[in-house]
Amino acid sequence: MSRTVRLTMVGVSLAGFAALLAWGVADLPSFGHYPGPYGDLIVKLVQPQRHMANAVTAVVFDYRGFDTMGEELLLFAAASALALLLRETREDEVEDIREPVLSDAIRGGGLLASIVTLVVGLYVVAHAFITPGGGFQGGVVLAASLAFLFLAIEYQRWGKVAHSSIMEPVEAFGAGAYVALGLIALASGLAFLENFMELGVFGRLSSGGSAILLNLASALAVAGGFLVIFGECLQENVGARHGSRTNR
Amino acid sequence: MSILPYLLAVWLVAIGLYGIVSSRNLIHLAVCVSVCQSGTYVLLLAIGYKDRGTAPIFSDVPASRRAVDPVVQALTLTDIVVAVAISALLLSLALKAFDHHGSLDPAEMADLKG
Amino acid sequence: MVPLQLVVILFAAAAGLAVVLARDIVRQAILFSLYGFALVVLFVVLQAPDVALSALAVSGIAYPLVLVSAIARVRARDKRGRE
Repeated sequence: MSRTVRLTMVGVSLAGFAALLAWGVADLPSFGHYPGPYGDLIVKLVQPQRHMANAVTAVVFDYRGFDTMGEELLLFAAASALALLLRETREDEVEDIREPVLSDAIRGGGLLASIVTLVVGLYVVAHAFITPGGGFQGGVVLAASLAFLFLAIEYQRWGKVAHSSIMEPVEAFGAGAYVALGLIALASGLAFLENFMELGVFGRLSSGGSAILLNLASALAVAGGFLVIFGECLQENVGARHGSRTNR
Repeated sequence: MSILPYLLAVWLVAIGLYGIVSSRNLIHLAVCVSVCQSGTYVLLLAIGYKDRGTAPIFSDVPASRRAVDPVVQALTLTDIVVAVAISALLLSLALKAFDHHGSLDPAEMADLKG
Repeated sequence: MVPLQLVVILFAAAAGLAVVLARDIVRQAILFSLYGFALVVLFVVLQAPDVALSALAVSGIAYPLVLVSAIARVRARDKRGRE
């Protein structure tokens, strides 16, 4: 059947699907009247029970730490699968490529952005339990700071800093440390991923117990995973533009 | 009017699906998958919202203040970060399909028919 | 519902439609960044600063980098294939 007929059929059936979904969401509690007890309970208990100020990171790393472990391993699997798919552009194809950055503005701006983003990323990771922040957001910002560095220096030199032989162990260490911290809790007689350290004073950087270590492990895992992804994508890009003349 | 945020989520899922089906380019398709996913983020956050509630962070706000639900925010924020990695995987699959078939058009990939 | 939320919701809906209807993939990459920004504002207005932080880092830097690098690679291989 022709494309127009197919698209009209899809349009009609999607309209029906959307109507069905709209009828379904009309039955939800109206916007602004969240009824459930779970959220209110956590908001009430996060300060006395866990000494943390940020209820969201308390849920991510403490109350629902197991789900975060699953998400992190998902990120690890996706980064590994991407590295596997794009490995055909081998190292020796891109070894001799020189792509100097021609504009001084880009070089200066990239360096400045890289340094500022690095500091902001470290701040966001460290203040996970006091202000909005955490391992996931901070990990992406840290990976972004190295991506800005790519703008400032040419690919050859950047490839030595953000090489996959450095970033893959970092990512694996982060993911493995998360699971190892859970096993440490198990070995000391508590439940898997339960808190096994002193809880600390509310409002200080050291509040939160062993969730601080979980936070750092996930920041390493996310930053490492994203740098593996960026490294593979950029290597593929540089190889395609200048690499050997083998055509498929 | 009070179901408008939920309708936004339904709208994003529906147009994302339409974009996927009507797409002529695998990279365009990957971006439409992302649009579809962001509809679910909006739905989650809209469910947890409380009228006149504040963000659930209590470093300078007393804990007796009305706050929105932190659990759905926790689910959404890990989801956003992981979805990017999976979209990158989808894009690299598109690149490999381009290498194999010479074009990014799904209609021209005759091997996938039937 | 506060009028600010209404405006931001409509802006996000319009940006989403623009992303799907864009036909040139480079233009779509830029529109997707704009849509990500609309979502960040929506998340802030819905009192979710953590989610807004992660959406900002992702839609501002990570996703455009991966997307544009894929587009550039496809165009480079296409050009070399035709030489």
